[in-house]
Amino acid sequence: MKVISTEIQVSIKDVHKSFGTFEVLKGVSMDIHEGEVVCIIGPSGSGKSTLLRCINALVPINSGSINVCGIEVNDEDVDELSLRRHVGMVFQSYNLFPHRTALQNVMMAPIHVLKQNRDEVEVRARELLAKVRLSEKADAYPGELSGGQQQRIAIARSLAMRPDVMMFDEVTAALDPETVKGVLNTIRELAEEGMTCVLVTHEMGFAREVADHVYFTDHGVIVERGSPDELFGNAKDPRTQDFLSQIL
Amino acid sequence: MHVTKNENAWGGHPVLHPIGRGGRLFCRFTGIPYVNLTWWHGAIIVATLLMMASGAAAQYGNTTENILTTIIKWTPLMLEGFKMNLLMSVVAMSVGTMIGVVLGLCQVSLIPQVRTSSWLLTQLLRNSPWLVTLFYVMYIIPFEFHIGGVLIILPDWIKATFGLSLPVLANVSEIVRGGVQSIPETQWESARSLAFSRVQTLWMIIIPQCMKRMLPPWMNLYAIVTMATVLGNIVGVSEALTITRDILAAEGRNELLLPMYGYVLFLFFIYIYPISRVTVRLERKWAVDT
Repeated sequence: MKVISTEIQVSIKDVHKSFGTFEVLKGVSMDIHEGEVVCIIGPSGSGKSTLLRCINALVPINSGSINVCGIEVNDEDVDELSLRRHVGMVFQSYNLFPHRTALQNVMMAPIHVLKQNRDEVEVRARELLAKVRLSEKADAYPGELSGGQQQRIAIARSLAMRPDVMMFDEVTAALDPETVKGVLNTIRELAEEGMTCVLVTHEMGFAREVADHVYFTDHGVIVERGSPDELFGNAKDPRTQDFLSQIL
Repeated sequence: MHVTKNENAWGGHPVLHPIGRGGRLFCRFTGIPYVNLTWWHGAIIVATLLMMASGAAAQYGNTTENILTTIIKWTPLMLEGFKMNLLMSVVAMSVGTMIGVVLGLCQVSLIPQVRTSSWLLTQLLRNSPWLVTLFYVMYIIPFEFHIGGVLIILPDWIKATFGLSLPVLANVSEIVRGGVQSIPETQWESARSLAFSRVQTLWMIIIPQCMKRMLPPWMNLYAIVTMATVLGNIVGVSEALTITRDILAAEGRNELLLPMYGYVLFLFFIYIYPISRVTVRLERKWAVDT
């Protein structure tokens, strides 16, 4: 049984977010502990991806508070760049930089953002490529890689910043089925190493397997939360039951 | 319906038709028409030139020899004038590009005032006739002025070139804005999530990606500017067309009119044609991998 620290790394309290008149998040709260793996599931448009984007200040929130590693995200003077160094994010559409090779993609941010020594960064970048099992693709451009390979490079790119929290936004949703497994394996290894992970996912089997906590969201609220066994085996809210019966 | 390639249903022959790149008549960034020259255009110019010469010969007696020798006689002077066209085009393009890039980046600024004012300036300059801008500049800039007791005389060609660089900078501004905006928002998002600042994102991630998209319309713009340098004739710059007219006035022979103007056309054609071809090729090559 995995031991989760009592240290709270991300604290989300009563977060509201609207796009125009449409309220996407209607008072969401959750605490994410160090080393915890959190899966957020729910129907499309329920605000899952928006919540992730709020955590690293890609999207400003209207009210409430989000605290990441001691940094208050909703503070007007928040140093967004230093906040984002703590939080790595991987996207559904990989978003690698197409004009740079896989290795360069991994090296760019540590060199230019963290101003680290190029040689040291390269050593570390090659280690990360080995970790995602793509050492031989170091000099390939993103366009030459499969979706799954690109996604693993994207994970390595985020890890190169040595984040405290990794967020995964439906990272397998755009992949061919045969490449999903490699990506999920990479995430599983990260989780096992004790990286704090927040996953928005439609891979229920995977969520059940790796998650310490599962949150079910619908229409901008957290409907139900619990351990994977509680939520997948014994959902209490009819909306959760309905969603799971459709997807499983 | 449109034909997108030069090889079409009429037997794989390059055909004269006004279809631009990828079926587009106008550049998607600047809205200016594509210069899509084929070797046929050149052939037609040369054929016309010869026909005019021989036609004139038939009319005025056996003066073909004369026309050719006259043209050859004046060629050094005309090339001198053409050099002025090239100088003007290069200077106008350089100045216009430097200012236009800044203006274009202002158009994607996050500060609303900067964005709006640069947009307004761009639209104003882009939508005024080049000749009107040129006149405006010719009259608004004094031909001489004093800086600290030193008299500086501005030659006409400098003023005219500056006048031409105004529409250039507006079009470059649009090329830059369009190029930057053609890169998907997700690239910005992933750069931001890696803690890149906005300026870093722009220079290291966005601009390198849109270079390829911006180069063909920029080269097309250069071709258009080169052709527009003959507007200098109207404001008295000694460029190829002005010199041609002077020559014609000096010779006073009607049969020289068409051959001489045809010769000017030909000079421009042999300069612009390669640029136009390279632009087409680059656009095709790069259209695939982005």
